[in-house]
Amino acid sequence: MKIITSWLAGAALALIAGMSSAASTGNTIATVDPEADRLALQAYFQKRFPEVELADYGNGIYALDAASRAQWEELEEFPPYEFDIEEGEELFNTPFANGKSYADCFENGGIGVRQNFPYWSEQQDQVVTLELAINQCRTANGEKKLGWKKGKIAQISAYMAFTSAGELIDIKVPNDKAKAAYLDGKAQFYSRRGQLNMSCANCHLQGVNIPIRADRTGPTLGHVTHFPVFRSKWGALGTLHRRYGGCQNNVRGTALKAQGEEYRNLEFFMSYMSNGLAVNGPGSRK
Amino acid sequence: MRKNIRIKHALLGLLLAGATTLASASDAEQIAKGKSLFMNKKKGNCIACHMINDPDANLPGMQGPPIVAMQARFPDINILRAQIWDATVRNPNTIMPPFGRHWILSEDEIDAVVAYIYQY
Ligand code: HEC
Ligand code: HEC
Repeated sequence: MKIITSWLAGAALALIAGMSSAASTGNTIATVDPEADRLALQAYFQKRFPEVELADYGNGIYALDAASRAQWEELEEFPPYEFDIEEGEELFNTPFANGKSYADCFENGGIGVRQNFPYWSEQQDQVVTLELAINQCRTANGEKKLGWKKGKIAQISAYMAFTSAGELIDIKVPNDKAKAAYLDGKAQFYSRRGQLNMSCANCHLQGVNIPIRADRTGPTLGHVTHFPVFRSKWGALGTLHRRYGGCQNNVRGTALKAQGEEYRNLEFFMSYMSNGLAVNGPGSRK
Repeated sequence: MRKNIRIKHALLGLLLAGATTLASASDAEQIAKGKSLFMNKKKGNCIACHMINDPDANLPGMQGPPIVAMQARFPDINILRAQIWDATVRNPNTIMPPFGRHWILSEDEIDAVVAYIYQY
């Protein structure tokens, strides 16, 4: 009986989830409305978890599940990413062979700018993420690209996020081309993938905070705020696209290329959803 | 003649007995196979989402309903099988993977899983 009653609580949640798809606007350029989607997503989570403050969504699953939050707070007492921030700062400040540095490539010398990434670049006709901009800065200055998923790029990204702590995410969709990229990201989020036939939304909207074996999935609202992330499972810092690949492998699908167009568009959509939340990266997760 | 009939009966009885012991041995095997598919992360991994009252079910998930009262809830075992073959037929929004339609489990494996859960 206990099994049944405890399941009923979960079932009630899943039912709410099933009924209200948070994507309130359409799936064509003519009908999609990013701002309405964002407000619908917020409203969905606030209705489902009325006791959770909007600002707390940057803390992922720890905003919703008290037991895992306690473990996490212990972990954060000696933040596992501290060394990476220091290392990132040093890398950031080390001049390239030509005497220039990262600061020359970014607005405000690259300090306090995390909240504006990813953005739609008119000039490049594509979404530019922070990691893409870091590597573009390198190649523009005659340096080799860094690997996309971990190591130095994650450390530099972590330092840049750290200097932006508390800034509110501010993603813009300035024109129809940007809107098309947003729409592509939205489609990826809601499309079922892999042999297991699951979408990001299945786990990070519908199934949020309901155990899948011993894990609980976190809400997509606030997903991007704390990246790059130090994950205990990785024992290291990793970028958002590294995590995307992991989730796609888990549904027995094929991880796409980090920083390929698909994942950049997905990040564009997901970041827009978190507009108004504070940058709090780098973060730590289980 | 009489003798013959008797012999025939005896033979029939033996045959039947043989058939039933064969069947029950393969039932047990089938159930054991179903159980391992239910628990195996690389196969059914049903335990990721469903509780089941089996002492070996360790840290079950709760995305789906607990596997209880299967015979009462699915008097027609084919409907239960269909749920596992493709859960999206009954609920297009379900998170449950379509084990048959997507070739996650073979037809035999689905039969085994059904045999296993039909005891609960
Ligand atoms: C089978 C369930 C499942 C699916 C499908 C899934 N994820 Fe996840 N995801 C998880 C779990 C479990 C975690 C770890 C717990 C958590 O932090 O949410 C996770 C973590 C994440 C995180 C890190 C969260 C954080 O706070 O650091 C991101 C970002 C993410 N997933 C994005 C995605 C995207 C994008 C997709 C679709 C391409 C996707 N996931 C599909 C289960 C899933
Ligand atoms: C990722 C989650 C997930 C996995 C894995 C999963 N299920 Fe389900 N299952 C569900 C959900 C959710 C439901 C509720 C019905 C719905 O969503 O339409 C369900 C419903 C069921 C039902 C109907 C229960 C009832 O009383 O109505 C049965 C039986 C079932 N699942 C068996 C299985 C078996 C056997 C496996 C493995 C081979 C499995 N499930 C794997 C999520 C899952």
